[in-house]
Amino acid sequence: MTRPMTRATPTAFPVIEGMFTRILSSALLAGFCAGLVAAALQLLFVQPVLLHAELYESGALTHFGAAGAPPGAGGIELKRDALSVLFMALTYVGHALILVAGMSVAAENRVAITPRAGIVWGVAGFAASQLAPAFSLPPEVPGVAAADLAARQVWWWGTVAAAGAALALIAFSRKPLFWALAVALIVAPHLVGAPQPDSLTGPVPPEIAALFAARALGVGMAAWAVLGLLCAWFWQRETAGG
Amino acid sequence: MTALARSTAKSTLLPALMAFGLGLGVITVAGHVQATALHDAAHDARHANGFPCH
Repeated sequence: MTRPMTRATPTAFPVIEGMFTRILSSALLAGFCAGLVAAALQLLFVQPVLLHAELYESGALTHFGAAGAPPGAGGIELKRDALSVLFMALTYVGHALILVAGMSVAAENRVAITPRAGIVWGVAGFAASQLAPAFSLPPEVPGVAAADLAARQVWWWGTVAAAGAALALIAFSRKPLFWALAVALIVAPHLVGAPQPDSLTGPVPPEIAALFAARALGVGMAAWAVLGLLCAWFWQRETAGG
Repeated sequence: MTALARSTAKSTLLPALMAFGLGLGVITVAGHVQATALHDAAHDARHANGFPCH
């Protein structure tokens, strides 16, 4: 039982390779498109706040300084912004690979993957990968005081993995015991606590840091919703009739 | 029938795991690796995505 393949030389694992190709092409297309949306929103809403904060980080402005410059500083820097677009697209391709991998396993277990359901997948992905770590380690504006980087990265991965597993349990398990486990997984990283700096000596005013964190999360949620929608749409298209 | 179902499940699970691993790798490179050139290039996107950056 081999599936029809659009290739001349069959490999030893045609079914596996065919499935991997479907996941890969869906994820690349969806991730790249959602990454462009994320980049556009970032440059429009997040980047101006980031550039404003960098004026405090560099010392060009000082908190409680006599003259606070208007936040219009910055503007467009072609190379820098192009790199942002590139890395935003890359990051969302990474997110898409994980999301479509999950969708393919769910579809195998008779979960309907529609674009409408995809939005829920996307918002869940946002909750696991951005909202959950942000609860104790809010998106950092340049210049904030922070603890050791490696320790924060370890905590970040642990928190995202725990939240992702928890949301999958809530979505697909029917046993209350697993729901309780899911709640524990979501709460535990925040009881353990994220690595915090010894002293709060960041030069950036709290008004700017708060706006940055809120903007980063808002853009993330919008882009993840688009990502979920597109992942499901491309996945549906890839598997239709196949 | 059960054998077919089992082989189908396997043929989904392995590619899904491969894609999952690839996704983790891409996010690690784009969001976490601290090589200076990579960090500087990805800087703004990392901050905007809420990755621990500095």
